[in-house]
Amino acid sequence: MTVRERIRQNISAAFYRHGLLCASYPVPIILFTSASILTCCYPLLKLPLPGTGPVEFTTGVRDYSTPSHESQGDLSERPDWYRGPPVAYIQQVLVKAAVSPWDNSLVPVDVFRSPLGRVFSVLEEIRNHVYTDRSLEALCLQVTDLLPGLRRMQAVLPEHGCLLVSPGNYWQNRRDLFDADPDLLKTVHQHEPKGLHTSATLKDLLFGVPGKQTGVNLYSKKRVVTYTITIALSSYDARFVASLRARLKQLHPSANCTLREDHMVHVHFKEEIGIAELIPLVTTYIILFAYIYFSTRKIDMVKSKWGLALAAVVTVLSSLLMSVGLCTLFGLTPTLNGGEIFPYLVVVIGLENVLVLTKSVVSTPVDLEVKLRIAQGLSNESWSIMKNMATELCIILIGYFTFVPAIQEFCLFAVVGLVSDFFLQMFFFTTVLSIDIRRMELADLNRRLPAEAGMPPPKPGPLRPRETPPPPRPSPHTITLQAPAFRNLRLPKRLRVVYFLARTRLAQRIIMVGTVIWIGILVYTDPAGLRTFLAAQVSEQSPLGEAGLPPHLGVAPVFPGGDPTSTLSGLPAPEPTPLPENQSQGHRAAHPEVAPVSSPQITWGPEDEELWRRLSFRHWPSLFSYYNITLAKRYISILPVIPVTLHLSPQEAIDTRHPQDTHHAPPPSIKTSDLQTDLTLYKVAALGLFAGVVLVLLLFCLYRVLCPRNYGQNGVPHGRRRRGDLPCDEYGYSPPISEISPLLLRGHSMDIECLASDGMLLASCCLVGHIRVWDAQTGDCLTVIPNNGLRRSSSSGCWEHRDGGGAVGGQDVDIFPIRRRTTPARPALFGDQPDLTPLIDTNFGLSPPSQALSSSGFDFGGLVEKAYQEHEPSPTLAFPPSPPPVLPPELPPQNNGDWDSSVWAMELRGNLIATGRSSGKLELWDAVEGSLRCSNEDGVSGITALAFLNNRIVAARLNGSLDFFTVEITKPLGLLQYRGPPGRGSLPPSPCYSSEDVISCQLTRSVQCAHQKPITVLKAAAGRVVTGSQDHTVRVYRLEDSCCLFTLQGHSGGITAIYIDQTMVLASGGQDGTICVWDVLTGSRVSHVYGHRGDVTSLVCTTSCIISSGLDDLICIWDRSTGIKLYSIQQEVGCGASLGVISESLLVTGGQGCVSFWDLNYGDLLQTVYLGQSSEGQSVRQLLVLDNAAIVCDFGSELSLVYVPSVLEKLD
Amino acid sequence: MVEVSALSSGALMRRGPYISMITNRTMNLLIRAAMLFMVGVFLALVLNLLQVQRNVTLFPPDVLSSVFSSAWWVPPCCGTAAALIGLLYPCMDRRLGEPHKLKREWSNVMRCVAVFVGINHASAKVDFANNVQLSLTLAALSVGLWWTFDRSRSGFGLGVVIAILATLATQLLVYNGVFQYTSPDFLYIRSWLPCIFFAGVITVGNIGRQLALYEYKVNQEKTHQD
Repeated sequence: MTVRERIRQNISAAFYRHGLLCASYPVPIILFTSASILTCCYPLLKLPLPGTGPVEFTTGVRDYSTPSHESQGDLSERPDWYRGPPVAYIQQVLVKAAVSPWDNSLVPVDVFRSPLGRVFSVLEEIRNHVYTDRSLEALCLQVTDLLPGLRRMQAVLPEHGCLLVSPGNYWQNRRDLFDADPDLLKTVHQHEPKGLHTSATLKDLLFGVPGKQTGVNLYSKKRVVTYTITIALSSYDARFVASLRARLKQLHPSANCTLREDHMVHVHFKEEIGIAELIPLVTTYIILFAYIYFSTRKIDMVKSKWGLALAAVVTVLSSLLMSVGLCTLFGLTPTLNGGEIFPYLVVVIGLENVLVLTKSVVSTPVDLEVKLRIAQGLSNESWSIMKNMATELCIILIGYFTFVPAIQEFCLFAVVGLVSDFFLQMFFFTTVLSIDIRRMELADLNRRLPAEAGMPPPKPGPLRPRETPPPPRPSPHTITLQAPAFRNLRLPKRLRVVYFLARTRLAQRIIMVGTVIWIGILVYTDPAGLRTFLAAQVSEQSPLGEAGLPPHLGVAPVFPGGDPTSTLSGLPAPEPTPLPENQSQGHRAAHPEVAPVSSPQITWGPEDEELWRRLSFRHWPSLFSYYNITLAKRYISILPVIPVTLHLSPQEAIDTRHPQDTHHAPPPSIKTSDLQTDLTLYKVAALGLFAGVVLVLLLFCLYRVLCPRNYGQNGVPHGRRRRGDLPCDEYGYSPPISEISPLLLRGHSMDIECLASDGMLLASCCLVGHIRVWDAQTGDCLTVIPNNGLRRSSSSGCWEHRDGGGAVGGQDVDIFPIRRRTTPARPALFGDQPDLTPLIDTNFGLSPPSQALSSSGFDFGGLVEKAYQEHEPSPTLAFPPSPPPVLPPELPPQNNGDWDSSVWAMELRGNLIATGRSSGKLELWDAVEGSLRCSNEDGVSGITALAFLNNRIVAARLNGSLDFFTVEITKPLGLLQYRGPPGRGSLPPSPCYSSEDVISCQLTRSVQCAHQKPITVLKAAAGRVVTGSQDHTVRVYRLEDSCCLFTLQGHSGGITAIYIDQTMVLASGGQDGTICVWDVLTGSRVSHVYGHRGDVTSLVCTTSCIISSGLDDLICIWDRSTGIKLYSIQQEVGCGASLGVISESLLVTGGQGCVSFWDLNYGDLLQTVYLGQSSEGQSVRQLLVLDNAAIVCDFGSELSLVYVPSVLEKLD
Repeated sequence: MVEVSALSSGALMRRGPYISMITNRTMNLLIRAAMLFMVGVFLALVLNLLQVQRNVTLFPPDVLSSVFSSAWWVPPCCGTAAALIGLLYPCMDRRLGEPHKLKREWSNVMRCVAVFVGINHASAKVDFANNVQLSLTLAALSVGLWWTFDRSRSGFGLGVVIAILATLATQLLVYNGVFQYTSPDFLYIRSWLPCIFFAGVITVGNIGRQLALYEYKVNQEKTHQD
């Protein structure tokens, strides 16, 4: 044993024990993991919340000095960004100007024209201010070109000089342009962007105050114009600033201004996330969600898919949080932008392990205890999990040695994340999985309890027109539809979509998510703006708010501007008591009681102190970004604002009027002005209302479409249901019930042994050796080929007892162990009597039935009576229901068929039935006429398998030899062919034989030692014959020249199943539970998988997948190209192993007295059709899929023909 | 097991219009090409945004300040290239008969795309000490991407060839002054560009293969029918 093997075993054992532990103590382990997650996440509390909002730090003005670059450890209150000089010092001159007293002769434009005009003189003053020898020119921040993309702003923003912005920039700081401008508002608004915007606009930049507060509009109620002149200084000269302040104050005194002037605020901007940066981020998140979606979609076969998916996501997320938390705990502070690296971390850590675990656990045998299942599943996957983890750690280690700090940090996080993810997978997810599996088991248990067969259906339910009368005793069947899997066979695609929408409430969720995201974006990008908005709302709604109610306007003059004691910034001005002593404005105030219009009032409150806070927090970054100066990770210092109050006389306002100003509309009434100011609010409200109405309508429509009219009235659509758990989901609507009624073909007295079909005809052979030929379309019995010399009757249902010879074929049990024990044949009694042979215990097989009937020693009375009763209602069904289309001529008993041996293999092509007998005899029968056409007795050993392709028959014998026969037909001239109309699709290219043909069957080649041991499987397709034997090998022969092409070795057990189709895909399954896929052209093994514990009993392929069933009652679906197990279906114990594929996505399996239809794409059970009431114990052993979407399966002594009509509908 | 039940291999049935449309080879090819084109355009837009906002590439100024931050011809070019590569990969797989061994699932493809975006992210955002280090890291990452998600020799070869061709084309473009890189260190371009191209080729090839899987399935069905 190599080291690797040993390690592997040890790991596997460890995982097994761990799985046992987890499944045994789920609750303590979940508590433990939760506790550890919380502990690890605890350090995260100390981290600042992520966000891009600016950070402020306030220092005093007096003792201010430019901070040095070196960090000073002792000053702990200083943030670490407060180092070095700021990008700029911002000095704002806040100008409030009003025309007062206001009189009615003034037009609305006068409110702002002359106040705005005064900006030029103030500007002039500032520009020309000189302190000692310093001028503004020397101190201000010199800017160069605007960014090339901003040509249209070139006329407005300063270039090549001081960064000094004011509303005057609109007019190039020239008074003459201003005076010549006929429409100031148009000039101001022409630069405004259209539509929704969150960042700073040009108007905000130039005015320096939020757009609403400027007062530059025609409907201003306060008639006070506010704007700032913003100066960006590159270096701070306290004396210059102080002198400027003093000068401006002196020129334009603000009377009751008590603004604080002793604090400067340093604003640090984090890295910006603009819309441009957001898009890649959003993209990565979309990819991440797609990844999670596609991953979790693969979780199957569990009780709660969503629950497990959630657990998986929680596992990954909390492992990330844990990694960050642990890193913080050990002193590694994250410097990377968490939001950006997060998706990559998730991708690195991945959800794969979780899914692999789930699949592995789910595919363990369902009859095991939950504990053992978990443990087994874990240990099965332990090696791959460990391998993956080691690989990932290696990759990350390599990444760590790139010595790039960012990558190193990422790697560090990823390592810790991986380890914690592993921990969580092992403890948290495994435990959740065990709980889920246990729940599923309980649910299964509950579902099985009320399992009983239903009553006979009220309607006979033949789904296609039939000439024959429906059976008087309708075959009992019940249909179960899985409630959660809403995919009914009959549901068309569009309905499925609608149901899907309804089930997931997609529309509502999308709307909800959209709203949340929108709000999130709003808050994220513009927190300041939102704050402003909220603050404005609050101040407007407060009854003391000056702008709130028009009647209060008159009282306004009595209020002084602001409360001097209040130093709180950001709060609306609290004006608790009107102060009677207002000094400067008192004389200018009009008498409020009589004045029809109020005079504008200039007030200074604490809210003016830091007016820049009301601006968008992107205000400064965007201003500087125009000059290609980034503020990201840098800071600016905002100096205390210089207040300037301007009072203009009405005369001055009239003087500065532009001739066109008076053409403007007359001053609107208060009412309309109210309307105008609140127009945006109304717009928003209308929009919201509209959206709401549309939403309600939409939902209503959705409801009407999806819910039946009688929603809520119980019981109307449920009348036909028989089982309590029939489909009706939680929303009250149910899919249409599709009923699939099996057609029972009765006639055989014993269990059916062989079944063959070529699409049109169906041949069956029972243990006794009776061969019956049925019409595969209608289910009519066409021919009966009786055994042991019973004179063949032409389907009149009665034949004479010719040879009472009786028991044959019972002795071969020991020869071939796989065969079922065959019971001795019973001679039939009378045609119109019930066949009692199945009732008789085989122990009494030797006693003739007539004795049994008359015997008083055994009380058969009840049994017989029951059989009679059962038989009574359907005297015409059990034996040929209608006159057959062809009445074959009565043949003399010249057929020298071999009556002594039983039929072991049968094939049907054209209308020839080839039967292989235990005596080694090959017989060819005419299927329609029931006559023996030819027989071949070249071989001695029993024929175990037959293949009939074109005109060749291949027979595999018990001794391992393989015989190739050629069927030769010598056609007499002018023959008529009896065949039904050609079926849909292409029939196999088999020749049709007519009764006049002389058919001979000759042994062309016999391969004596094809295999060392008995041949178990024989399949032929695409010109190849494939045999599988108990000697562990598969051989491929060419049909034409019977030449052995390949001997395929790879199984470590006898071959039990082989699949080959026209595309030359060969799959084989063996007793060792492995499945091999071979390339028939080259003989190479394409893939090799361990599928089952125990024999592989059946193999079918579709174009995309391989379906296998095994003795472990598991059906596994494998991807054909990769050999990866897609999922597996756990069936009930002891169910049949027969499989069939009806279409690309419809799988049919035989079970205990039922057949089940599965959706291959999802692995959902679509329907279960119960074949009969009485025979729950009988399992379907053979299952044939016919061309017309019907399936035929044996069911004890009966054949069952099940049409799948919905498949036909779908395909048409 | 003596039964010779010829489990008829799949039902032979007519197909609906949708299936036949899918099965139609040219139609299928067109659909795939269109999807790949869209993927290419989208990735080009997003990744260019990453580069432009970091001032790695400079385009003529007029078109800036919008989502479509690159010149108009870049996304269509990338889209066309993506369509070509995405169709080329499955085609080559078929020609060489070298089946793609790794798991072919959408989740894997998504993972691949995420890693590709991550590589781009790193190239634009992570501050490396020098360009050689950056390029080497990205090269290692790209090869890692190939190893994790592709692992086929043909994929590697095609990736390298296309990366070289694309690099050459970029050199020519920059040489003719169509656009420029801020700090070229490999003739006219950045030295990590080939790695990005390689990773992109692998990613798009992965998507193309995954898309082709559908055609393959349907086609197999068709031949099966025939």
